[in-house]
Amino acid sequence: MFDNLTEKFQRTFKTLRGEAKLTENNIDFAMHEIRVALLEADVNFKVVKEFIDRVRTKCLGAEVMTALSPAQQVIAFVRDELIATLGDKEARIVYSKNPPSVFLIVGLQGSGKTTSTGKLAGWLMKNGHRPLLLSVDVYRPAAREQLAVVARDVNAKLYPGEGVNEPLKLAKAALREASLTGYDVLLVDTAGRLHVDEALMQELSMLKRELNPSEILFVADAMTGQDAVKSAAEFHELLGISGVLLTKLDGDARGGAALSIRAVTGQPIKFVGVGEKLDALEQFYPDRMVSRLLGMGDVLSLIEKAQETFDLKQAERLQEKLRKDEFSLADFRDQIQQMRKMGPLDKILGMLPQIGPMKDLKKANLDERELVRTEAIINSMTERERNHHQIINGQRRKRIARGSGTTVNQVNQVLKQYAQMRKMMKSVSGGLMGGKIPRNLSQFLPKN
Amino acid sequence: MIPAGQDATEKKKSGFFSRLKNAVAKTRDVLNTPVEEIFTLKKAIDKSTLESLEMALLGADIGPATTSHLIEKIRDQASRQGLKDAAEVKSLIRNELLKVVRGETAHPVSLTQKPHVIIIVGVNGVGKTTTIGKLANQFRRDGRSVKICAADTFRAAAVEQLEIWGQRAGVEIVRQKHGADPSAVLFDALKASKAAHTDVVIVDTAGRLHTKHNLMQELEKMRRIAAREVEGAPHEVLLVIDAVTGQNGVQQAREFTKSAGVTGIVLTKLDGTAKGGVVVAIAKELNIPIQFVGVGEKIDDLIPFDAEEFVDSLFE
Repeated sequence: MFDNLTEKFQRTFKTLRGEAKLTENNIDFAMHEIRVALLEADVNFKVVKEFIDRVRTKCLGAEVMTALSPAQQVIAFVRDELIATLGDKEARIVYSKNPPSVFLIVGLQGSGKTTSTGKLAGWLMKNGHRPLLLSVDVYRPAAREQLAVVARDVNAKLYPGEGVNEPLKLAKAALREASLTGYDVLLVDTAGRLHVDEALMQELSMLKRELNPSEILFVADAMTGQDAVKSAAEFHELLGISGVLLTKLDGDARGGAALSIRAVTGQPIKFVGVGEKLDALEQFYPDRMVSRLLGMGDVLSLIEKAQETFDLKQAERLQEKLRKDEFSLADFRDQIQQMRKMGPLDKILGMLPQIGPMKDLKKANLDERELVRTEAIINSMTERERNHHQIINGQRRKRIARGSGTTVNQVNQVLKQYAQMRKMMKSVSGGLMGGKIPRNLSQFLPKN
Repeated sequence: MIPAGQDATEKKKSGFFSRLKNAVAKTRDVLNTPVEEIFTLKKAIDKSTLESLEMALLGADIGPATTSHLIEKIRDQASRQGLKDAAEVKSLIRNELLKVVRGETAHPVSLTQKPHVIIIVGVNGVGKTTTIGKLANQFRRDGRSVKICAADTFRAAAVEQLEIWGQRAGVEIVRQKHGADPSAVLFDALKASKAAHTDVVIVDTAGRLHTKHNLMQELEKMRRIAAREVEGAPHEVLLVIDAVTGQNGVQQAREFTKSAGVTGIVLTKLDGTAKGGVVVAIAKELNIPIQFVGVGEKIDDLIPFDAEEFVDSLFE
């Protein structure tokens, strides 16, 4: 059983590595594996077929490049084609020339529109805008209350529209309010609806005509399967969506819907939701998503995150220590504290390439509380122990366990993790800390 | 013969199958494979028959593994028994699917214990709260006393949403303030239900991704609390799966079964164009029965799962 598309790709390419050149035979094998991987990832079967056809054609017509192994050649073609499908650069958010701009948030029930509307408001405010929020979901019980709570949580202004139960009336009133009071973006959270529900789809048409939105964002659940193409195509045909907001990407869903939706609507994915907290919204970078699919890890996002949180001086000190191989348990503790500042651990680990020593790190299944325990254990060590881990013998381990309220076993585990961390930090220090991103594809292929 | 035929027609009329047909007929099917054609034509089985069949299964979210397993079976049988035409292929694949998917006639089951405790679990946005409203209404209609435990103390306005459904169904909600410990709300609800001799307690839980370790542990804790307070509880743990869910549904079922001990599945939002085929893969791996399907937003839009109708709808 494969954990994810990334691993599947890697296995495929590992098998191909021994081969000297691309032949019809090994191309067939690779295409079959990629097809299954994409289907497992919930990419629509027609989209998969077209994708595979294009990659196969490229592979067959490929000139023999002595510099690249067949595996590297195929991975390069797959990568190019994925980028071609997802778009080669990040999409821009469109505002209207005469504020307020209106963003219409649409989608199926349960895709995450209300939460995303709140997150978008936060994102807009962080980028210097003044959004006004409006819910026109007059159908689902407590939907408007939900947006009100979400708005309060991100400190955004909500247009309450009390006593009004018609979406169009609400929209007109809120738009007037926004223009009069100087809000530059009106975020309109609409009711979830099935694309086969004619009456409700007509309502969206009317809202569009009335509000003339600069963005119509289709909110789609990353866990969506084959049906993604149908709902997205229907919404797009009726409304002409301007972009996609892909939610719940923090789970283990492979998110093949992203590829499907992009393929049938031609519209870019603009945002991704990566958690339940209201700041867990990120702009979508296709190249990073592709890198992630191919096992190169989302190193760029990680660096950005790291830059947001890492103390630069400390990072420099750390780099120096890594170079001199002086990474101590005290540094390990600092790292843990830094990491906890960056956000939930599973999210950070998900951004790392799933190869080499880092693969084991993910399997270690660290959770937040384990970090707290680890900190406690290191705190129970003496200064000398922290700087010279070699001296920690059985006797000392017992004492540390007692002091931190843990077991010797757990202390051993921390020491083992520390050793792993040393190894890992050494291997990424070139990329992460030095700001140098290796460009040669071969560096990302499994080494064993 | 004739009455049986009439029966079948009537059953179809009331089932989600026909509702589904109506719903789908309205929409222009953007990427539709003419699957039905391959079965209606009395033509010999060839590579293209199997290919269209494969597309139909994949398109219904049955997944590549289960699909290739089924196709292999057909290919095997076709060469060994000499299947003559597409109709035979259809009945063969139908039988294979029916072996995997079983419906369990919904209504619970003997309510031997009072209160009968049902915990509803699932990832975010699948329709747990709506399902609870519909389920509570069914029990009320059958003359049972019901309490709903509002243990989703996390999502904004979740309790308010539940209260409106409670009013519609005429059922009391046991709640605490936003952010309270879900297990504490559960404890309250069970205590109140025991005192009032309530027949059924339906427990709403916050939507959670199955990858969130801590949140899954919270479900384990709720199970423990239920077991401690009421003998044999939870008597049912229903996993709600959205019909649009792709292969990730299998992972959801796996993880929720591990932590919460899922006893049955509710497949929601079948009134769209999604077929919900992932439950086939789930049933195949975990052998969990599908109990109900949700086919709309009205309070009576929750109906018992019918395996035959479901399997037929996969080829619509």
